[in-house]
Amino acid sequence: MTALGYNFGYLDENTKRMIRRALLKAVAVPGHQVPFGAREMPLPYGWGTGGIAVTASVIGAGDRLKVIDQGADDTTNAVSIRRFFAKVAGVETTERTGEATIIQTRHRIPETRLREGQILVYQVPMPEPLFRLEPRVSETKRMHALADYGLMHVKLYEDIARHGHVAMSYNYPVLVGGRYLMSPSPIPAFDNPKMDRMPALQLFGAGREKRIYAVPPYTAVKSLDFEDHPFRPARADAPCALCGSRESYLDEVVVDDKGGRMFVCSDTDYCATRQTQREAAE
Amino acid sequence: MSALLEAEGLALRFGAVPALDGVALEIFPGEVVAIVGESGSGKTTLLRVLSGMMRPEAGEVRYRDPEGGFHVLHEMKEAALRRLHRTDWGFVHQNPRDGLRMRVSAGGNIGERLMAVGARNYGSIRAEAAEWLRRVEIDPARIDGMPALFSGGMQQRLQIARTLVTRPRLVFMDEPTGGLDVSVQAKLLDMVRALVADLGLSVVIVTHDIAAARLLAHRLLVMRRGQVVEQGLTDRVLDDPQHEYTQLLVASVLAA
Repeated sequence: MTALGYNFGYLDENTKRMIRRALLKAVAVPGHQVPFGAREMPLPYGWGTGGIAVTASVIGAGDRLKVIDQGADDTTNAVSIRRFFAKVAGVETTERTGEATIIQTRHRIPETRLREGQILVYQVPMPEPLFRLEPRVSETKRMHALADYGLMHVKLYEDIARHGHVAMSYNYPVLVGGRYLMSPSPIPAFDNPKMDRMPALQLFGAGREKRIYAVPPYTAVKSLDFEDHPFRPARADAPCALCGSRESYLDEVVVDDKGGRMFVCSDTDYCATRQTQREAAE
Repeated sequence: MSALLEAEGLALRFGAVPALDGVALEIFPGEVVAIVGESGSGKTTLLRVLSGMMRPEAGEVRYRDPEGGFHVLHEMKEAALRRLHRTDWGFVHQNPRDGLRMRVSAGGNIGERLMAVGARNYGSIRAEAAEWLRRVEIDPARIDGMPALFSGGMQQRLQIARTLVTRPRLVFMDEPTGGLDVSVQAKLLDMVRALVADLGLSVVIVTHDIAAARLLAHRLLVMRRGQVVEQGLTDRVLDDPQHEYTQLLVASVLAA
């Protein structure tokens, strides 16, 4: 049931058109940050306004939406955003990765392999991968224009010199299509390999910074590294306490005040599916 | 032998002040050319125009690439100029803080130019960095030290190492001994002289220190009010100055 008084998908048609134009440009130049006019959204900047604007612009009446926050379908943000679109677009929602046509995400890529025709929308707090290294936007723009990314490797060099390995476990910078340096948003480095040649379309929206970028299907996405220090995604060395998975990305959960803790899948849909399968097998 | 860099008819005014007024010069391979003159005479402006950091109002700077092709510097694309500045050319700033990344270790500072031109092997970048620290007489054990913790002289030597690591053919130096005390200056000049001879570098050095110019330079240009008032072999100019301003300049040097 669509709420009355709102346009389909909350944003007005002209805004959606403007965002779609930015999206088309972003898809045409993979990894390049395209400016767009971020609109006031019914939630604060930093809570996923960029992702919501992108979702609102690509969603249609026949879509089925899944929203995850840190991999989970049942956290506050995920529930609110899912309910928001159920209200203003009247679309079906789901928690199943395989059934969704659009998946809006914060901080994770689902464990289940995405397929052609699906769209993954990332919420991005800071789209500029170089911002901690070069504070001037004019200069970072020039570095992107000239593909001048030596500075990012200086950061990797410093990490290895100081810690013996690259000490970035999330938001690990990638090179898209061999050209643009891109922030994958704060997903764990563990998820980076999933972006490479992904059959689904990946769209990124940064509301506060007013930037949109994209990775079209089957585009090469390479995590930066050195020949003698290759990229190695980190994962907690434990099986999931609930479903026993040794492949999925794990959350560490503190269970008491005596140092007790357990590791569980951060992807709730993946974990629940595996638990059901295991019960069925028994 | 053809020149590595040629300039002719350079002119640039800052309001009513002529900073460059019909300046022409040539730099040949392996040659050290010093530009001397008082503050405000246009030395640094000339260096900035020659290195492509500033655009002259008139005149042309031509650069010869290693393959022998000539390029008009101020018509080059920004990407090409940037590449030139980190491969075939180098720039040593007066204040090492302008040329170094103060929050990046010594090794990272030296490695930056290598990584910018595509080096992607951590081990070899690090080995090269250690080798260059040794060459500029900094203990390679300080490879992970921050430049902020280095002395002024060490910072300047680090900046030189960082500049020379890609084996440039032409290096611009803007008063490299400016902020250093006398004994450190002498040591730095000695080191620069050895490196220049070793690597066959061409150097354009701006200085107001006549002694430094005599020690390093093969050729000397004396500037005043944006004009080159006298030029020639260093010893000739300093021992037998022709222009009255050069005579004043040479006479002003205190004999130790």
